[in-house]
Amino acid sequence: MQGLRILLRKELAEGWRTKRTPVVVGLFVIMGMLAPLLARFTPAIVAASAGTHLADALPTPTAADAVDQFLKTTGQLGAFVAILLAMGSVAGDRERGTAALVLTKPVSRAAYLVAKLIALGALLGVATLAAGAATAAYTAVLFAPLSLPGFAAAVALVWIGLLVPAAITFLGSVLVRSPVAAAGLGFAWVIVGGVAAALPTIGADMPAALTGEARQLALGLGIGPSASAIGAPVFVTVLILGASVTIAWRAFSRQEL
Amino acid sequence: MSVRNHPMSVRNHPMSIGTLPDSAVRADAAIVTRGLTRRYGSVLAVDHLDLDVPAGSVFGFLGPNGAGKTTTLHLLTGLARPTAGNAVVAGIPMGSDSVALGARIGYLDQSPRLFGWMKGRELLELAGRLCGLDGSALRTRVGELLDVVGLADAAERPISGYSGGMRQRIGIAQAVVHRPAVLFLDEPVSALDPEGRRDVLELLEQLRPETTVFMSTHILGDVERICDRVAIVDHGRLVIEAPIAELLERYARPAWELEVDPGQGVALARVAEMLRSRSWVRSVDVDAAVGRITVRDTGRAAAELLPVIAGTGIRLVRLERVRPTLEDVFLELVGRERADADATEAA
Repeated sequence: MQGLRILLRKELAEGWRTKRTPVVVGLFVIMGMLAPLLARFTPAIVAASAGTHLADALPTPTAADAVDQFLKTTGQLGAFVAILLAMGSVAGDRERGTAALVLTKPVSRAAYLVAKLIALGALLGVATLAAGAATAAYTAVLFAPLSLPGFAAAVALVWIGLLVPAAITFLGSVLVRSPVAAAGLGFAWVIVGGVAAALPTIGADMPAALTGEARQLALGLGIGPSASAIGAPVFVTVLILGASVTIAWRAFSRQEL
Repeated sequence: MSVRNHPMSVRNHPMSIGTLPDSAVRADAAIVTRGLTRRYGSVLAVDHLDLDVPAGSVFGFLGPNGAGKTTTLHLLTGLARPTAGNAVVAGIPMGSDSVALGARIGYLDQSPRLFGWMKGRELLELAGRLCGLDGSALRTRVGELLDVVGLADAAERPISGYSGGMRQRIGIAQAVVHRPAVLFLDEPVSALDPEGRRDVLELLEQLRPETTVFMSTHILGDVERICDRVAIVDHGRLVIEAPIAELLERYARPAWELEVDPGQGVALARVAEMLRSRSWVRSVDVDAAVGRITVRDTGRAAAELLPVIAGTGIRLVRLERVRPTLEDVFLELVGRERADADATEAA
């Protein structure tokens, strides 16, 4: 893949110089910090706003609540950020004419796409890791230390889960000329994926089921009700990622710029 | 005889579409196309285009808006695929190896926004690295190009702060960083002010010895200034391809310009109307206080024009025979092509 290393360096530099990388990582760190803080102080917030009688009805917060809050925030807001990051990947370059500038150099189209995918995945990975580190640190201070290997595995599952809306939006960014339309495809997936996850027959095999497994791992409870529980959602997730990237590549390799 | 079938044109080259044997490629040709066609649904953007662009030339690719110029550039640079036909660019057959093609060509889009977050020097370094330059060779070439395009002082500034002319110059610099055999430019000066246009045209003239320049444009004065040869396209079809001097000699109509005192617009309109009725006058165009008269019979015009005008009593500032321009040729040929097309459609 001619030019991959140079294009990857350019993508990483672009993320840093346009402030995209520090902003996204900062946002995820804030999400990571807020998760245990919200879990710890929710009873106090409820008591201050709705009276102590309501706060007394709430159970005493634990590290599990911090983990739940972390998974919920990174799963929802994180998916939103992943879509925003991926929406302009190719469509934005085409719109600006910078795709033509790069692809009329001795560079393969595969290198161009792969560099963008690696940069996108790496940014989401670093941001998720930073959020996880913030959650682990604040949870240790406010509640009790989490099992680090288990929580690290949970963070990895969160990252894999975020790659799905990112990959589908990336595919949209290749297929359509408008970044907004590409984002539409990503959001459509979030809705469809959410609905599919609620279906009794296939819900447990959908990428959203990774959240439940991540919770188990983070709390040191091992993998789900059965050892094979994690296999199906991971398989479906990898399938969706692979299909998105393959379709994106096939479309881009013969696409007019 | 149709202009398209003129011997200067290669429209009817005996080639079968889709093949390009060695015998069809002139040894000194930088670009050869045969039957190059691109269709978008019912729209034929490029229609069986046959071109031969000699190496080392500055080649003007002219046509009105929507004539298929940008599509042709995209086909030749590998950004688009043809529906039919074939081409060889800098020795690389179309569609064979995009990486090899990229190593032999440079390209600048119409009004590119480039990477605004990069500094000028960084853009040239990126382009150079992508083209295989590195280390001191890259540094030397980048420094050299910054001097050539007059941006050495702005090299450490972000491109987002560059003016339109500066962007165009840094854009051309990144396109030639690897000394390409062929440089493709899409309307390189149309968005620039006069000073920016002058700078870019001077830069293109400097490239001439080592690079074949293929530029699409509709600014005919600039083409006349720097191009050796031109091709005129309309509705995706090649109207003609020839050296500029040959075109001017063959197709430009003899013309006179008549300038009157300001405030005599009505009188000038009357004179124009009267001249149009003369058999030796082809057309009269009036713009404010200036009239342009093209004639069918130069001898009669030389003998009769001044007496006719003087007889009207109009207050003349100037009457002179003017050099025909490429614009005259362009309007003549494109107009004729459209008339031919209309007649064919009607039939």
